[in-house]
Amino acid sequence: MKYLHLVWSALFRRKTRTVFTLLSVMAAFLLFGLLNSVRAAFANAGQSVAGASRLITISKVSFMVSLPKSLEMRIQALPGVAAVSYANWFGGIYQDPKNFFANEAVAPNFFDVYSELKLSAAELRAFAATRTGAVVGASLAQKFHWKIGDQIPLQATIFPQKGGGNTWTFNLVGIYHVANPSEKGRENAMFFHWKYFDEATQFGGGNVGWYIEKIAQPKAADRIAQAIDAISANSDHETKTQSEDAFQASFVSQFADIGLIVGSIMGAVFFTLVLLTGNTMAQAVRERIPELAILKTIGFSNRSVLALVLAESALLLVLGGAAGLGLAELAVSVIRARLGAIPMLPVGLGSWLQGLALMVLIGLLVGALPARRGMTLRIVDALAGR
Amino acid sequence: MWRKIGYVLSLIVAAVVPVIVLVLLPAWGILAAVALLIAWLALTRTGRQAWSATALAITTIPQRIGSSCVVVIGIAGVVGVLVALLAMAEGFRATLQQTGSDDTAIALRAGSQTEINSVLDHGSVVVLSQEPQVKRDAQNRPIASPEIVVAAAIPKKASGITANVEIRGVGEQAWELYPRLRIIAGRRFRPGLRELIVGKGAAREFAHTGIGSSLDLNGQPWTVVGEFDSGDSHNSELWADTAAVATTYQRGNSVSSVTVRLESARSFDAFKATIASDPRLKVEVQTTRKYFNAQSEGLAKIIRVLGTAVAVIMGIGALFGALNTMYAAVATRAREIATLRAIGFRGAPVVVSVLIETLLLAVGGGVIGAAIAWLLFDNYTASTLGANFSQVVFEFRVTPALLATGLKWALAIGFLGGLFPAVRAARMPVTEGLREL
Repeated sequence: MKYLHLVWSALFRRKTRTVFTLLSVMAAFLLFGLLNSVRAAFANAGQSVAGASRLITISKVSFMVSLPKSLEMRIQALPGVAAVSYANWFGGIYQDPKNFFANEAVAPNFFDVYSELKLSAAELRAFAATRTGAVVGASLAQKFHWKIGDQIPLQATIFPQKGGGNTWTFNLVGIYHVANPSEKGRENAMFFHWKYFDEATQFGGGNVGWYIEKIAQPKAADRIAQAIDAISANSDHETKTQSEDAFQASFVSQFADIGLIVGSIMGAVFFTLVLLTGNTMAQAVRERIPELAILKTIGFSNRSVLALVLAESALLLVLGGAAGLGLAELAVSVIRARLGAIPMLPVGLGSWLQGLALMVLIGLLVGALPARRGMTLRIVDALAGR
Repeated sequence: MWRKIGYVLSLIVAAVVPVIVLVLLPAWGILAAVALLIAWLALTRTGRQAWSATALAITTIPQRIGSSCVVVIGIAGVVGVLVALLAMAEGFRATLQQTGSDDTAIALRAGSQTEINSVLDHGSVVVLSQEPQVKRDAQNRPIASPEIVVAAAIPKKASGITANVEIRGVGEQAWELYPRLRIIAGRRFRPGLRELIVGKGAAREFAHTGIGSSLDLNGQPWTVVGEFDSGDSHNSELWADTAAVATTYQRGNSVSSVTVRLESARSFDAFKATIASDPRLKVEVQTTRKYFNAQSEGLAKIIRVLGTAVAVIMGIGALFGALNTMYAAVATRAREIATLRAIGFRGAPVVVSVLIETLLLAVGGGVIGAAIAWLLFDNYTASTLGANFSQVVFEFRVTPALLATGLKWALAIGFLGGLFPAVRAARMPVTEGLREL
């Protein structure tokens, strides 16, 4: 630690060069932070705390095939199932197809099962009492400047009304919040009564999209899932029950192999970075050969010269990298605040630790050759300029 | 004071204007600019001075090969990533765009945006195919295919995770309607039987799709009897007879959509007007080109924006690397440059020589990056979730236009990275430079 001053002044001996290198390192780690946030969002999809205690039952054929409502009572009767809820994808459009958000017709007890979607008691009562009532998330309400009491018209893409009308109008009676900041994306959805939907739709006929089961003991999840699927085995509506995590992970993995894309880009970035900072360090040490020789003359050991150069290159990487990750953190929070539903998680502790490890590792790697050169130089030759 | 501000401002203008021009210039414009530069180098006195200064600079590159590599590889990285990501967007767009044409039209229930959300009853199907604008075959039957689109969950070959594949039931006129479709192995399915033919892309991505294998659809066994290649997004699908699919999925006699061949592309407007004025029909028609284009728009745009954003950040990193290298190059050659100035070379040739050196390194990097992207990713197969909640298989496309875009980026980074060191080299006092070690 007592040599920090020495390392620092060596680093800023050539200000322009160090600043340019720092900016390059910053750009690399800014990219690392941003891409890692996207990758984490896809990898963590559905890994909420409550996930383990909820199961999702969909049709075995595909999640777009609906299931009969009559299953509700039979699932409810199974031991270990604390509550059964259900929902149906609506796929309505608000004004323009570009304004996409999830909208679902849900069971009366939906917000009991999804207790992390917070509504006030008054809003819950109003929702229960209003046939055409709807509840939206806070981020979505903010995006479209909706307030309680507004009428929200949705254009149906899948479910026209009886009589052929395509416009469904809902009364906004509640706005829910999600406390966990990393799950704010879930505030971009709208829910309304399945009962109203089923009565008014042209081809409804008492079907629901999927069931959600809340189970008392997460440990019994496998057994309960098998029991649920056994109810409709060999019928014309066989089911597939899985944990909420598994369901969302299988859905997300269909978009793309995000891990591969992010991995390839980061590979290209860090390869370039190693070369670039390696060149800077080599130049820095080459210029300072006589100085290093003087250090040795006044009694610095070979090993401490090695450590000085390694510390210098690690410091270079950590300074630039920390600035880059900080910038990434800022950028992610701005992007998330502006765009809402976007698959990006805040740059968390995990990313910082990973990033710091990478900075130190790359720093030591690029410092190794120049440091070795500094360690093995012979004082007489170096001072003579040979 | 004012002179200094003026100097900084003019330097910024000198940096920004050419980059903007470069971005806007088409490929032939760049070639013309290069030709002009060569003419200037060869024909004018200053040009010839600049050329000999450049030749001197280039011959000294091997002495500082390490730092020159930083420019080349830094820019290669930017161009490689940019071209690869744009090739992904381009491949997805091209696959869906090829699928449609102007002389076939698709009818969906009004309000539905994708086939999987649409339902048409039998009556509408009959009315639609009997419209006068629909082309007829040699036996005077309308060329129309009532189609059912459903998604089935099948495990993927690579990961074993189930993903949705699109099952498309097609009518018996489908072979007339999709003339590009060829059976590349096995045979066509027979009407009424539970037989499937599998698209080339789907066969590559999904398990249990080899000829002769059996697939479980909605609890019923289906047999794969052939493999087809249509050269478009239908390659990601499994095809069967509409009536057989309707039976398995309990659709009665309703279908998802009807695709018809029109007399010509010009008869679409008349076709649309006839349908709009028919009170029996509650459908929306569009040409298949428009339908499939709309499906590719969103995702292709997202990939393009993300790719450009990633490349901008990487480009900033590479720019500072190039600046570092070129400042160092100018510093090590300080005595050389000062000598040139002392024997009568003006400032402009010195500036031009440093710029040309950087641009050559940058073009080298751009070519390497574009070549790597082309070798690794041209025709690379990927798949994503399409509009019908099913996998769309597509191939990356590294087109000449994308390669040109990559080279433009390389030139822009090289120009910015070379300009400031070049100006410093030219403004360095000669006496100071000569004393430099």
